[in-house]
Amino acid sequence: MLLYTLKRLLLTIPTLIGVAVLVFFMLRVVPGDIVEIKLRGDGGNVTQEVVDQERKRLGLDRPLIVQFGDYMWGLARGDLGVSMWTERPVIEEILIRLELSLEVAILATIFATLISIPLGTAAALFRNTWIDYVVRIITIGGLSIPSFWFGMIIMLTLLALFNWLPPITFTPIYEDPVANLSQLIWPALAVGYRYCAVTARMIRSSLLEVLAEDYIRTARAKGVYEKLVVSRHALRNALLPAITVMGLEFAFLIGGLVVTEQVFNLNGIGQLFVQSVSRNDFMLIQGMVIIIACFYVVINLAVDLLYAVFDPRIRYGN
Amino acid sequence: MKRLLLGLVGAAVLSLAAAPQAEAQQPKRGGHFNFAISAETPQYDPHGSDTYATLHFSSPFYSTLLRYNLSKFPEIEGDLAKSWTVSPDKLTYTFTLHDGVKFHDGTPFTSEDIKATYDRLRNPAQGVVSNRRATFADIASIETPNPTTVVFKLSKANSSMLDHFASPWNTVYSAKDLASDPNFPRTKVNGTGPFTFVEHVKGSHVAGKRNDSYFKKGLPYLDSYRGIFTLQAAAMLNALQGGQVLAEFRGVSPADRDRMVAAMGDKLRVEESSWTLNLLVLFNTEKPPFNDVRVRKALLMAIDRWGGSQGLSKISTLRAVGGVVRPGSPLATPEAELVKLPGFSKDIKAARAEARKLLKEAGQEKLKFVLWNRNLAMPYTPAGIFLVDQWRQIGVEVEHKQSDTGPYIAAMRSGNYEVAIDFSNLFNDDPTLSLTKYLSASKNPLNLARYDDAEIDKLYELQLRETDLQKRRAHIMALEKRLFDQAYQQPLLWWHRIVLSHKTVMGWKMSPSHNLGQDLAEVWLNQ
Repeated sequence: MLLYTLKRLLLTIPTLIGVAVLVFFMLRVVPGDIVEIKLRGDGGNVTQEVVDQERKRLGLDRPLIVQFGDYMWGLARGDLGVSMWTERPVIEEILIRLELSLEVAILATIFATLISIPLGTAAALFRNTWIDYVVRIITIGGLSIPSFWFGMIIMLTLLALFNWLPPITFTPIYEDPVANLSQLIWPALAVGYRYCAVTARMIRSSLLEVLAEDYIRTARAKGVYEKLVVSRHALRNALLPAITVMGLEFAFLIGGLVVTEQVFNLNGIGQLFVQSVSRNDFMLIQGMVIIIACFYVVINLAVDLLYAVFDPRIRYGN
Repeated sequence: MKRLLLGLVGAAVLSLAAAPQAEAQQPKRGGHFNFAISAETPQYDPHGSDTYATLHFSSPFYSTLLRYNLSKFPEIEGDLAKSWTVSPDKLTYTFTLHDGVKFHDGTPFTSEDIKATYDRLRNPAQGVVSNRRATFADIASIETPNPTTVVFKLSKANSSMLDHFASPWNTVYSAKDLASDPNFPRTKVNGTGPFTFVEHVKGSHVAGKRNDSYFKKGLPYLDSYRGIFTLQAAAMLNALQGGQVLAEFRGVSPADRDRMVAAMGDKLRVEESSWTLNLLVLFNTEKPPFNDVRVRKALLMAIDRWGGSQGLSKISTLRAVGGVVRPGSPLATPEAELVKLPGFSKDIKAARAEARKLLKEAGQEKLKFVLWNRNLAMPYTPAGIFLVDQWRQIGVEVEHKQSDTGPYIAAMRSGNYEVAIDFSNLFNDDPTLSLTKYLSASKNPLNLARYDDAEIDKLYELQLRETDLQKRRAHIMALEKRLFDQAYQQPLLWWHRIVLSHKTVMGWKMSPSHNLGQDLAEVWLNQ
């Protein structure tokens, strides 16, 4: 298992190099110049000389291959460079937002897990009864309602009923857990609903499939209690595809909550992503892509390792 | 519902009318004020910026030499300057400075700080960005005969110089800080303003607390404040309604105003003013057929600005019809004169007939082109849709291309466009600032229409040097006529500013520019 994990971790290196090379050159094809946006985007009366000076200061006048070499050398040393917009280290810009984005993703995952497993299981066990229909309506709602719209409804409802809104500036959970949760629980609910719907449907269909397997029939024939058949034999297997989906959803939530973050005025990675793209801040975009790629790689690895926990037939490293 | 809405709007307008009485109340000291800033500045230095985001962030920490008296706009008053004199030949400006002023780090403020600040503005060191270099090109020397006197000597008379000195962008820095690092103000704050810097949490907020050593006795009233970045209008409006922020000082759309009036009723204060911003229609004069003045003129003449103003003002921040100077301001062209200029006729039927004739003469009866526009909902999108419809009415087919700022600017700069919607971002009504946009492209990076016109340059220079108001007005009107006759570019409509705040917020003054009056020194909370 340890050897397998190490091998997988080593494989992340070429993956990340590939991502870095792709994102570096693809971004250079996009039209637009951060210096022009910065100095002239709001109608600034700035001479070409000043623009050229600023390009030089930011190192944008150097040949592309030199810029690339610098960037890759920085990456090798764990240095993601400096944002060309704020002129602060990329890692600093990302870390400020990562805590919030991670927390929303974790809260949404907890919410989705706690709700989706009982919902999906109930729908499968009571297939084609009113329970199943109710679960299907709830999950179809979750899939079809955009998270940001649901977020807006949550906000407007809070305003209308309680004349109250969640805080709009972030307080770390270790400083004030109440203020922290009162801000982040709502976006977590908004995105968690969709997350929960996807997972519940996956669990339902997977559990239906597993319940029709021979070993389940054997267990029942042996007289095993139905609760044990479902929880110990069926559900563990049925959870495997759901875990994959949950892993991917979690990674998506780190950087993909653009509109939801805007609705709740959250200072997260998604908003930063959109801002840096609209400003052509290549260094920041590159840094974020690398960090998010890392998350995907690590979460995929974690999901693969979890398979072995849920399914005893799976053994790595043999 | 409509009646209710109208009633509430009425109530809000009435409350606005009653505002001066409320303002007369005795200010209360103390309290914490949260307000929204709808953009975040990339750096802290107003010298190298043109976005209000920098001013709404930095103004509370700094002072300027002069400033606008917003109760009597565009009257100018002293800020760090206690008084000033201008020599009869308008070549020497002598300022007497307040005594006993200190920077936030305790360093005494002297005339040397003014000199260092203005030297940085007019002649920045290598690696320092000053967007006001051209503005202060007429300053020949700056002398500091004693710590409370500073003398500016000009090489030529400049009718806009006092307005330049009152610009909110010319924040005064410590000579000591600039000597240690000319780029100090980009990332650090040390001013003489009413508030001291507490923190900037990137993407979240900027916070300040009262400067107890502020040189204006009794000010500021607030203990502390937090400017919270709310990049989306919907989030800002929700926060305003929920009371997490008590004001947003840039401006909102009429639809947002109506929603908030309906939701908050008499808790909300609505203040409105014309705005020193406009959108322009711009032609790439190097690209056929827009190198033909007849085509450009036809397209401008087909626009029904007067009718459009009525419709667009209901759904967007666009409202006033005007020429190159903000309508209603002292040097603006009166309406009776404006309607005689191409593109401003009130007889739109006749204007469009003339436009069709001009297109026919130019052989462009079936003209098709792409209109470039910025991908910003308010007010760029409605303006673009409006123009497409106006030109359709003279048989011209237009594709409306909205693009993010990066590709938009790239297209404008490279000349890879035919027709575009551009904008003017001004902070006052002084014509020099607004007319700079129209100078020949060879000497002016702001000119995206890519023309050179010696007559416009000459008229610009004449108005700049003219100290007699009537003669100056004549030069400005001549320049405007030349510009519109040649139809290089033309203001479409001027913006209308609507600012929303809770009625508990007192002491803030409305003005035609969102760049002015943001030091928060006189803001107090009535609660």
